[in-house]
Amino acid sequence: MTEVAANAVAPALEVNDLAVRFAVPGTRQWLHAVDGVSFTVARGETLGVVGESGSGKSTIARALLRLVPATRGTARFRGSDLLALEGRTLRAMREHLQIIFQDPLASLDPRMSVGEIIEEPLREFRPALDRGARREAVRAILGRVGLLPSQLNRYPHEFSGGQAQRIGIARALILQPALLVCDEPISALDVSIKSQIANLLKDLQQAFDLSLLFIAHDLAAVRFSCDRILVLYLGRVMEIASRKALFDTPRHPYTRALLQSVPIPDPLRARARSGVPLGGEIPSPLTPPSGCVFRTRCPFAAPRCAAEIPHLRNVGDSQVACHRAEELG
Amino acid sequence: MNQKIAGSPLLTVRNLCVSYRSQATTLRAVDGVTLELSPGEFLGVVGESGSGKTQLLLAMLGLSAPGAEVTGSIVFKGQELVGADRKTLSACRGARIAMIFQDPMTALNPYLTIGTQLTEGVRHHQGLSRAAARRKAIELLDAVQIPEPQRRLAQHPHELSGGMRQRIVIAMALICEPDIVLADEPTTALDVTVQAQILTLLRDLRTRTRVAIVLVTHDLGVIAEVADRVAVMYAGRVVEQSSALQLFAHSRHPYTEGLRRSIVPLEGPLPERLPSIGGNPPNLAALPPGCAFAPRCAYAFEPCSSIPPPLTPVSPGHLKACYYEGPLGRLGP
Repeated sequence: MTEVAANAVAPALEVNDLAVRFAVPGTRQWLHAVDGVSFTVARGETLGVVGESGSGKSTIARALLRLVPATRGTARFRGSDLLALEGRTLRAMREHLQIIFQDPLASLDPRMSVGEIIEEPLREFRPALDRGARREAVRAILGRVGLLPSQLNRYPHEFSGGQAQRIGIARALILQPALLVCDEPISALDVSIKSQIANLLKDLQQAFDLSLLFIAHDLAAVRFSCDRILVLYLGRVMEIASRKALFDTPRHPYTRALLQSVPIPDPLRARARSGVPLGGEIPSPLTPPSGCVFRTRCPFAAPRCAAEIPHLRNVGDSQVACHRAEELG
Repeated sequence: MNQKIAGSPLLTVRNLCVSYRSQATTLRAVDGVTLELSPGEFLGVVGESGSGKTQLLLAMLGLSAPGAEVTGSIVFKGQELVGADRKTLSACRGARIAMIFQDPMTALNPYLTIGTQLTEGVRHHQGLSRAAARRKAIELLDAVQIPEPQRRLAQHPHELSGGMRQRIVIAMALICEPDIVLADEPTTALDVTVQAQILTLLRDLRTRTRVAIVLVTHDLGVIAEVADRVAVMYAGRVVEQSSALQLFAHSRHPYTEGLRRSIVPLEGPLPERLPSIGGNPPNLAALPPGCAFAPRCAYAFEPCSSIPPPLTPVSPGHLKACYYEGPLGRLGP
């Protein structure tokens, strides 16, 4: 896409200053799960959101789907603010915003047949369609996700994890949504099945020109599936960059540590590394560090990092929230 | 700690089978596994869900589920463990062979302090006094790099982070100075930065104490980081076994090859599509008569559908259970 064209087309989703906090029962404390996160997802783009447990990545998905209330912020989607919709308009918007979950079997109703599961969104949102038209739509999507018509009358428990995820994908895509949120879509699957589903998602994304918000902790999966990647730590954005920039020239010390922590599938290189890339663990979100939330684990932390919150700014081809990004190169 | 007798294995598993019988079928969770473990060796066992890797570990501890039928032989320092009485097994478990589970929160008792749980085993097995056990516990917490070990003894599991809990579980496994530590997916529940810390710790502990470790995982990357030797399991059988170096340089089984090729590299060129193993994981209740991997294998030919291929040497120290002898590099049926 050229610069001009990119500016002319509005993004599929534009999130601005999103914050989600939870009251901690029995105390007067607040847990800030997501704190001032902004990003866009262009049409037909896959944006990856990576972070460790407690980074707030799933909370972002839940807030966008209105499964948890946002404390602050806006999310422009199809001309309105997702976070401000209510009642009928919110319900109508759900047609365009679908999700697939991490645990495919847990997300399918065990009492419904596969056919009924995939058909259900049509019954809800396309009441004008008659039975024959619904069946036809189900059969069409079934072929796209690699399931057989003979499997329509079977029940979720008869399927393996990979097949169940295909059912979940079919259900999510039958309405041809504008945005698909994938919350760890392949991390619960067996190693030999992961790559099948990753390939399938990529094929479908191209076929349907889908915009994807791809939430994951697995950096390798993100590298394969995503065009751009947002790195989250303790509810804040550390870095946003294209796939190439993020993996070739990671700018934020946390991004670097994450990349260095992934096991290398080559014993010679794995053992040539010395030391641990990153010590310590993610601090409690109840008492986040002052200034930069990463500074307590950062090997490059300076006094300024404790005093001032770093804001995202352009460094090279990336956006980085680190006071020392330039000097670290 | 370990008497090192040259050439004599610490643990020998021969033709081990773990089966579960129901009215209609018999499930073979582990199907004729033969393995050896040398003193101080780091053995990796890699497989997907249903491959039998966890069942293999549990059988080594005599902890197979009630109703499991265990046949074959597991000899530990000259003593047969299959069919051994409770007394023999209890003397072994925790003291000579210890276990690290995947989820540290389930492995720890939420009601008891870290100190009580950590010293329980060593007081029972070695009859140490409370004070001596406490000194030992502090020493171990120090060895697994837990800051302020004194203070930790009075804490409860919920007061600690996930990585700290797994360090406690590792300290618990090591406190009786066992000959073998069995670790079942010890880093799977942890974040990637903490996983790197724990893998480094396990590697260092092995070097320092010469304890033998059997680590079970689904992640070939983890194997590459720590294991000396690797056994790859599929549908209850070992399908390939070799040194880690050899396995990553020249894997000879199509399944291993498929697993290796489906890993997305973090640098260098990226494929447009990921090479993937086709089909679905095996159903243990309905395995084909021949090689269990044959229905998903790009190289399957006639003999594969008749009799399961035996594990045979392809070069010194390298075994595979596959009839196909040609070059690998194709994927999917």
